Amino acid sequence: MKTYYNPEDLKNFGKIGEFQKPLADKFFEYYGEVFAEGALTAREKSLIALAVAHTIQCPYCIDAYTTDTMEKGCDEEQMMEAVHVAAAIRGGASLVHATQMMNKVKEISM
Amino acid sequence: MKSLKAQDHPLSSSEAEIQHLESDMPGFSGDSFASELKKINLFPLKPTQIEVLQINLGKMCNQVCKHCHVDAGPDRKEIMTRDTMQQCLEVVKNHSVTTIDLTGGAPEMNPEFRWFVEAIRSIDSEITIIVRCNLTIILANPKYHDLPEFFMKHRIEIASSLPYFTATKTDSQRGDGVFEKSIKALKLLNDQGYGVEGTGLVLNLVYNPSGAFMPAAQAGLEAEFKKRLDDKYGITFNSLFTITNLPISRFLEYLLRSENYEGYMEKLIDSFNPVAASGVMCRNTISVGWDGYLYDCDFNQMLELKVTSIDSQHIKDWNEKSLTERDIIVKNHCFGCTAGAGSSCGGTTA
Ligand code: SF4
Ligand code: SF4
Repeated sequence: MKTYYNPEDLKNFGKIGEFQKPLADKFFEYYGEVFAEGALTAREKSLIALAVAHTIQCPYCIDAYTTDTMEKGCDEEQMMEAVHVAAAIRGGASLVHATQMMNKVKEISM
Repeated sequence: MKSLKAQDHPLSSSEAEIQHLESDMPGFSGDSFASELKKINLFPLKPTQIEVLQINLGKMCNQVCKHCHVDAGPDRKEIMTRDTMQQCLEVVKNHSVTTIDLTGGAPEMNPEFRWFVEAIRSIDSEITIIVRCNLTIILANPKYHDLPEFFMKHRIEIASSLPYFTATKTDSQRGDGVFEKSIKALKLLNDQGYGVEGTGLVLNLVYNPSGAFMPAAQAGLEAEFKKRLDDKYGITFNSLFTITNLPISRFLEYLLRSENYEGYMEKLIDSFNPVAASGVMCRNTISVGWDGYLYDCDFNQMLELKVTSIDSQHIKDWNEKSLTERDIIVKNHCFGCTAGAGSSCGGTTA
């Protein structure tokens, strides 16, 4: 069956440099540096990436960072908490706009 | 749960395991490991110096962990006899090994275990003796309750598996209730001074992933384990060794059954690290099987691949020169020792 997403394509991410190599090289160098141990640990960065992956709903990233967080020694509880953080911010972002709705309601109501 | 052997599972035969390891897959060939070694001039793989004698006292165990590369369990009856232990003692007496690493199964279940440890100590008061203790054995039967004291008396170094600092992950790999018992056993070892600063009594923990993924970086995970075990249970230990699961025996069976074999192998192969390859443990270790036969490592032992030094294949025929000059047998399972930061019974190697 043909689908838009193919798990095998994740392995070929590195090959995007076949087109416009200099840009891909710059991206991967940057990517590598972003995820290196820094002021945040590589483990913390991996959990952030997992949360963001759920926000942008990218199946490649979800696969990749599920494995990566496990390989960084995280467990299911920590991973699920990270996804809840993403969900809370997403939900919160919708809800906080309710203030705008409320303002407008008040503006146009008697 | 039964061992693969007791289930009469096809993968309980080493030929079947080797056939998998040697078969070509879309992403790699059956002799990929040898090819990688050739590229870095390490083939044939040769020993450096024999320093460690790892002795498998038997396949009998009180646990049946899902990933066990020994296929150990209560239903396994193969254990080392006192005669074979005597032959090991001759080697300890007359040769240069500096570390004796006792493993199993649960080595303590061998009825001659204590006799053997005492005999090694009386030959050499300084030699390092490591016991790979699965922790739960200490609580399994009253006759084992005094093991911490026995270990202390003979200045044994303890290496114990604890796959995680929570029950869910530990129990999913090692069996229901194992985490709770392991914590109790760790407390008993701490009470005896093991893993406590200033006592000189070494208690190391061993982490291996509970599934088809690579282990975390050793230093970071050690810090996390130390914090969690101390905060929640007041437990202390010396070092954490992170170990990669090798694709043999029950872990191979899991990989094949869960359709993770190919992906896992590709991952190991992609993470091949030449530095780890030059530091693989078979270069300074000889592994002795329960029946006295000699192997390059505990993994080759389980695959029944005896050392290639024909005149020195059994502990009774120990010939250090031929053993040091032999070619080590390598197959694709060896990628588990050379991936990322490397893996050995003492943790990372690179
Ligand atoms: S405790 Fe060790 S020897 Fe026993 S089943 Fe588990 S991994 Fe195998
Ligand atoms: S599996 Fe054994 S023989 Fe192969 S590299 Fe590892 S220690 Fe050496």
